[in-house]
Amino acid sequence: MNSPYEHHDYDILVIGAGGAGLRAAIEAKQRGLSVAIITKSLLGKAHTVMAEGGMAAAMGNVYSEDNWKVHFRDTMRGGKMLNNYRMAELHAKESPDRVWELEQWGALFDRTADGKILQRDFGGHRFARLAHVGDRTGLELIRTLQQKVVSMGTDVFMECKVLRLVHDENGRVAGAVAYWRPTGEFVTFSAKAVILATGGVGKSWKFTSNSWESTGDGHAMALWAGAELIDMECIQFHPTGMVWPLSVRGLLVTEGVRGDGGVLRNAEGERFMFNYVADMFRAETAESEEEGDRWYEDHSAGRRPPELLPRDEVARAINTEVKAGRGSPHGGVFLDIATRRSAEFIRRRLPSMYHQFMELAGVDITREAMEIGPTCHYIMGGVKVDAETAATSVAGLFAAGEVAGGMHGANRLGGNSLSDLVVFGRRAGIGAAEYIAGGAGPSGFDLAEVQTAVKDALAPFDNETGENPYDVQRDLQEMMQTNVGIIRTQSELETAKEALGEFAARVRNLKVTGGRAYNPGWNLATDLPSMISVSRCTTLGALERKESRGGHTREDFPKADPEYGKYNFVHSLSGGNFDGEIRTERSALLEMPEELAQLLEEAK
Amino acid sequence: MANVTVRVWRGDASGGDFEAYALEKNEGEVVLDLIHRIQATEAGDLACRWNCKAGKCGSCSAEINGKPSLMCMTRVDELPEGPITVAPMRTFPIIRDLVTDVSFNFAMAAKVPALLPPPMPEGGYVMYQEDVQRGQEFRKCIECFLCQDVCHVIRDHEDNKAHYAGPRFFIRYAELEMHPLDTNDRRDLVREEMGLGYCNITKCCTEVCPEHIKITDNAIIPLKERVVDAHYDPIAWLGRKIRRRTKRSADEAAVQPAP
Amino acid sequence: MATVEHSSKVVLGGRRGGPDVATLRQDRWWVQPVVTVSILTSFIIYSTWAAFQNKNYYVGASAHRDLISPFYSPCLANSCEPGASHGLILHFWTISPALLILLFPLGFRMTCYYYRRSYYRAFWWSPPACAVADGHKEYSGETRFPLIIQNAHRYFFYFGLVLNVILTYDAILAFNQPGIGLGVTVGTLVLVVNAALLWLYSLSCHACRHIVGGQVKSFKKHPVRYAFWTVVSKLNPKHMNLAWTSLIFVALTDVYVRLVASGALTDYRLF
Repeated sequence: MNSPYEHHDYDILVIGAGGAGLRAAIEAKQRGLSVAIITKSLLGKAHTVMAEGGMAAAMGNVYSEDNWKVHFRDTMRGGKMLNNYRMAELHAKESPDRVWELEQWGALFDRTADGKILQRDFGGHRFARLAHVGDRTGLELIRTLQQKVVSMGTDVFMECKVLRLVHDENGRVAGAVAYWRPTGEFVTFSAKAVILATGGVGKSWKFTSNSWESTGDGHAMALWAGAELIDMECIQFHPTGMVWPLSVRGLLVTEGVRGDGGVLRNAEGERFMFNYVADMFRAETAESEEEGDRWYEDHSAGRRPPELLPRDEVARAINTEVKAGRGSPHGGVFLDIATRRSAEFIRRRLPSMYHQFMELAGVDITREAMEIGPTCHYIMGGVKVDAETAATSVAGLFAAGEVAGGMHGANRLGGNSLSDLVVFGRRAGIGAAEYIAGGAGPSGFDLAEVQTAVKDALAPFDNETGENPYDVQRDLQEMMQTNVGIIRTQSELETAKEALGEFAARVRNLKVTGGRAYNPGWNLATDLPSMISVSRCTTLGALERKESRGGHTREDFPKADPEYGKYNFVHSLSGGNFDGEIRTERSALLEMPEELAQLLEEAK
Repeated sequence: MANVTVRVWRGDASGGDFEAYALEKNEGEVVLDLIHRIQATEAGDLACRWNCKAGKCGSCSAEINGKPSLMCMTRVDELPEGPITVAPMRTFPIIRDLVTDVSFNFAMAAKVPALLPPPMPEGGYVMYQEDVQRGQEFRKCIECFLCQDVCHVIRDHEDNKAHYAGPRFFIRYAELEMHPLDTNDRRDLVREEMGLGYCNITKCCTEVCPEHIKITDNAIIPLKERVVDAHYDPIAWLGRKIRRRTKRSADEAAVQPAP
Repeated sequence: MATVEHSSKVVLGGRRGGPDVATLRQDRWWVQPVVTVSILTSFIIYSTWAAFQNKNYYVGASAHRDLISPFYSPCLANSCEPGASHGLILHFWTISPALLILLFPLGFRMTCYYYRRSYYRAFWWSPPACAVADGHKEYSGETRFPLIIQNAHRYFFYFGLVLNVILTYDAILAFNQPGIGLGVTVGTLVLVVNAALLWLYSLSCHACRHIVGGQVKSFKKHPVRYAFWTVVSKLNPKHMNLAWTSLIFVALTDVYVRLVASGALTDYRLF
């Protein structure tokens, strides 16, 4: 092949160096394949580091009654039954092994008195199930995987932004075209299989816990390459993000605060969550504060407090309280652990929360309540994949982690993300390796696609006039926050749909200043097409799903509709351009085998 | 709100200088907010690294008023009155503006012999909190490389980079040496190839650590004491000979197969 | 640009960013080195002077006291004042007994991890303060002679313990007022506090922390050593404060004994 740019050839290309990407690379590398990891940032900076509370795995170290079946049930109920049941099943079965494996590679989890991995309570999980390290579990996960990857001598291309996937002459994925952020020079990769592990999309919203990287690159690249996206309307707004000062608005406050005894109060000091227990959860939720408090000590002595309902329930409740005028001074509610636990306990269990509030807000959480409100956190939707192999509908393309859809249904339980990364990261590594072993490699490498991507990427330098990409990004975030936020309605979604058409035109007409070497303005310009594509899918899915379910709440259809619970909305694109036409169709959920359906029935 | 002047170093390997930007100052802002405002308005090509803006990823390291700091954790209202100077980390080669080439650190990371645990028993390893807590402190490290930046051994003496791993990796070696499962002995490696002896414990690494890791007291000095055990203390040396401690070497660990 | 991770090769050189100045710090970073130099220099001058005095270091039975300056204890020289000796006399040593004994605490403090930090910064400017340029072109740290001797810190620590025992014994003797009986004077308290501070300084030492338990891999398997380590680990963060207070107090103790011995001051009896 004659790539006009720096070119590399690998068996497997992993795009993204968060938990899923690193785990996939380890698996592929262990199987003797040549692997390259490409990341937009430096190694070890991926958004996985922001995960705080822990990783869910039914090891039964704290409550021996726990097992994969209960975990499966919790995941499905948390996901409002929209999940790919097979993913939920594999996840529940395999996550304990993935946690133990991390220990072999050097992870140091907090321990129980008898030397096992300690597990903590989290929303929606029936038993204390989250393996954790204080409130920095994501950092532990990524550092462990990073150190493993490095010790195996894996090639990592850092600060390298992938623009597009490249096909062969038969439509299989054959590699990718990217550019080095430090120099702005283009680089091409050919590979027999590509694994997407690019994380989420949160940067399209104004108030988000996500970093600049979460622009939905993988979602968009998959869509452009011909793959399908599902459940894109299901976006998790984490109930507890910081609301003040403005500069940190949206920054995450771990659910571990509630798991460790923190409670939510409105401006009147009322623990309002008791007023928001949905029928589905009534049987297992405490009816009084006393009962909830007993549960912290011993789960058989009471039922769980309503602060630990799944995230969608809590986020909606907070939203309602604020709208009803019972919010805190800066438009949130109060999260109080100071009056409930000792200062020593708080500092030991929640060290980074303590520092975060102390240093960024000047609030001592051992003495005062935190002001919090919902923040855009996670997209349940993503690339449609096969549960066993993580294969997408395009040959040679695999996806794992947040970029893949189906595992979490309409709402993700806290702690299920870190375990998702390693369970399906590994499966993607195996899937890609077996795909290669099957001999179905690509033939050719479409240089025309490379040239198109390069031309599009360089257009903002050539445009004589045009908009500042930062202005477009800010307007997009405002627009999505207003019209496709936590509570949605038909008219606003229509507005968003129309606006996104205009945004696409604006993205075609950007102007950047300076050169190509480490130019954040230009880098943003190359991220914007992805943001537009995923925002469009989210808006279209939200328009179609005329019901409220999990991370998708319609003011005009406030209840879940059993009919809509039978299928996902699937998006596909023709033409491969980010502003091309997106087709949105219904696709029936996988049918669950009788014995699994039984599990869900029994637990009701 | 009051105005503030930010002097940002702009340039690349061919040279550069400070450029001043006058901005509005808002309540509760951090220095990274100011940099972002400059990017979004006046200088879209102002290069800086950042990811989480919450002190968890360690990307936005720079020197603010001459002090190595994270831009996302330095509040503007806590800096003294007057212009704020923001310069790139001094110890690493410049790429552009506030972005430096930190590949020295990744090269050092690649030299670390991995953990070498015994085979895992059914149901996972048994480790106790008191045995993992020392290592957990070091694993708080967010790899901002501010300790590497401030360390005069490499900051002021480029040639030492060839044989000095730096504080970030001393806490990594300390973590492995204190790991209850590890069967490796890295003490000779740390002394001979990682340059532990170059550290003169002036503690600047500890002073700048945004995670408040007691790098010097809890990692470097214990490592130095371990090296004394292995190399400088005749009594400890004799005791070891008698007890015939057989540990595997660093080389063995480097070639360990994946579990 | 070495952006591909797998390389463990360090590339030297490359132009650095920022201006070519010694520091961009605007705060008063020089205050700390100045204070360190002032105190340490004053101490060295005073202790050298005191060590060469070879008199006024002991207040004996004639004054109904048994107070000895820590600079001169144990008093091993031929010239020892009557009553000041603990019994052992090294007859070949004819100059000031302080010069024989001061080497050990000097060595302990010179090799102490905390003092090293201070004097490397304040006296050697290596570096003068954080993010302020090193005062030297060449730097080999503690890898070569003579600084490689710093690795012997633990042996000075052991000697220090012996001295602590002797100074504790001196403090106990100070309760005895010959001709009067047991009692407490200001001098007694001074010697007691001095001994206590020296113990705390020694026990908070980093080498001590390593020896009592820090060296073991599993605390669970060594509960007693873990308990010791836990105690020392609580003291260790105060090592800096203890280093300064014990240093200043040991000089003040010598001053006090000297004043009483010379008759300039009467050792007031409390009870």
